[in-house]
Amino acid sequence: MADLVSHPDEVKVVSKRFGQGATNLDRYLELDGYKAVQKALAMQPDAIINEVKNSGLRGRGGAGFSTGMKWSFVPKQSAKPKYVLCNGDESEPGTCKDRLIFEHDPHSVIEGVMIAALAVGAQTGYIYIRGEYRYLSIIMQKAIKDAYARGFIGKNVFGSGRDLDIFWHGGAGAYEVGEESALMESLEGKRGIPRIRPPFPAVVGLWGGPTVINNAETLASVPPIILGGAEWYANLGTPKNGGTRLFCLSGNLAKPGVYELPMGYNLKEMIYGVGGGIPNGRALKAVVPGGSSTPVLLPEEIDIPMDFDSVGKAGSMLGSGGVVVLDDTTCIVKFALRTIKFYQHESCGWCIPCREGTDWLKKTLTRFHAGGGLKKDIDNIQYLSENMLGRTFCPLGDAAAMPTIAFVKKFRKEFEDHLEGKPCAFEKEGAVVEQLPVLAH
Amino acid sequence: MKFSDEFEQRFSEMIGHYPTKRSVLVPTLLYAQDEVGFLSDEVVREIAGRLDLTELEVRNVISYYSLLTTKPRGKYNVQVCTNIACMLRGAEELFTHCKKKLGIGHKGTTPDGIFTLEEVECIGACSWAPAIQVNYVFHENLTPEKLNDVLDQYKSKGIQ
Repeated sequence: MADLVSHPDEVKVVSKRFGQGATNLDRYLELDGYKAVQKALAMQPDAIINEVKNSGLRGRGGAGFSTGMKWSFVPKQSAKPKYVLCNGDESEPGTCKDRLIFEHDPHSVIEGVMIAALAVGAQTGYIYIRGEYRYLSIIMQKAIKDAYARGFIGKNVFGSGRDLDIFWHGGAGAYEVGEESALMESLEGKRGIPRIRPPFPAVVGLWGGPTVINNAETLASVPPIILGGAEWYANLGTPKNGGTRLFCLSGNLAKPGVYELPMGYNLKEMIYGVGGGIPNGRALKAVVPGGSSTPVLLPEEIDIPMDFDSVGKAGSMLGSGGVVVLDDTTCIVKFALRTIKFYQHESCGWCIPCREGTDWLKKTLTRFHAGGGLKKDIDNIQYLSENMLGRTFCPLGDAAAMPTIAFVKKFRKEFEDHLEGKPCAFEKEGAVVEQLPVLAH
Repeated sequence: MKFSDEFEQRFSEMIGHYPTKRSVLVPTLLYAQDEVGFLSDEVVREIAGRLDLTELEVRNVISYYSLLTTKPRGKYNVQVCTNIACMLRGAEELFTHCKKKLGIGHKGTTPDGIFTLEEVECIGACSWAPAIQVNYVFHENLTPEKLNDVLDQYKSKGIQ
């Protein structure tokens, strides 16, 4: 069970029931539970979609696409059944927010899935939770069972004459499955290899039927929007970036934790105010603002509002809300190596630029960090990464390339300091630095 | 082969949740592994048979997912996250400490069959780093001292 934190600047919308015992259905009902879906049942599907569109809610998984817009792409008429799929495969390094939603407020996700289903005309929803989150799967399975027992889901929900089924589904360890088309493959019982697009899932998704796929936090944000109204929600954030967001502060911070802050909250304030600053008298070296796939920011680049557009303008991405803070004892070459090791491990191997690129980068950076770097390697790392960008069927290749390019560009000097046999200045004396086996590259 | 009643109940319930049988494959494999300890030839044959798949089709899926294994493991699988957020807060030292204390390396199993050690990717405990999972249980905000206590507790449970 993960510890909860709080800060006076928090605006609790998604997290308002955290620590309130809302896994219990009666308690959830006391705290305005299942009111939003009853309101949505009385609305026209287009009205629900418009409300979500006008709220400025954008995908909390990382891409930041307008949720209402995504829903509007689902065809009204379909010969095949339509589906809603909740993405709870949270795996982006630095991200640990969906975990808290499932742990403290599972019914809000169920309610979000229901409202999405009403909006697009689906009769079935799936809540996919990563395999490592077993205790959360148990919580979610119970929540679903309880909701069925009260007739909130199943046949004739809330006496509306509509049928709506919601089921749990579990993964078994794979970052790649968090990508929407790989997620569908996994749910269909296959390897999580991405699908070719178009057609997009909204048109051809699960078992060929139109499918809406949203992150768990996105769906948990929907009931408050329906109850509080689009305008209220939009005004919590910045223009085109409605509402609040769960930010996962981690790394070298005095008070790491998951905090719900308005969209557009200043990043510097988030680190020094909310997160309590850098401990042990150290200085800030860099910030990864939105999960491991987002380009690193320097201390002079962090006086920015944390919304999708502002972070984009600063040359990075808001991503999944995982703010990873690095102090000045961190070796960037090592950090880049650990990042690329992850993507190399998780690449499904379908697209050659991703499969080969991540492996080459890992080998080069391993050699580099062990002191065997050559001058030409620095440009090679950049060249390799740039050649991966936009050349893969899913964004995993980009996710590996983008941060790597930024590490080299912004910390070139530190890469140069590792050249030609020089030991890493950040390693403690006597530390074992991983070497590449002979002939490995 | 025989699974527990709980497994069977879950299996027959879940298979009705999807338009195709094979959709239950991934979670079913994980639940089967939890009962047997690993995905033995017998388990693969059994599940392939139930879902009208070939054994090869099932093995293809198993090899993709990092939690699924066809090799026996210790009673407690100690999974140490060394990804970025944990690394910044001392995960490498923790992993080294585990290796020394248990006397095994990555994916090794102790001779008494109690522990398997594994270095894993992000487990979603970034704000409570460094963290490990033992089977499915999270242990967070760890130091080498706290880790000693955790491992000792599992050890005494494992001997019983």
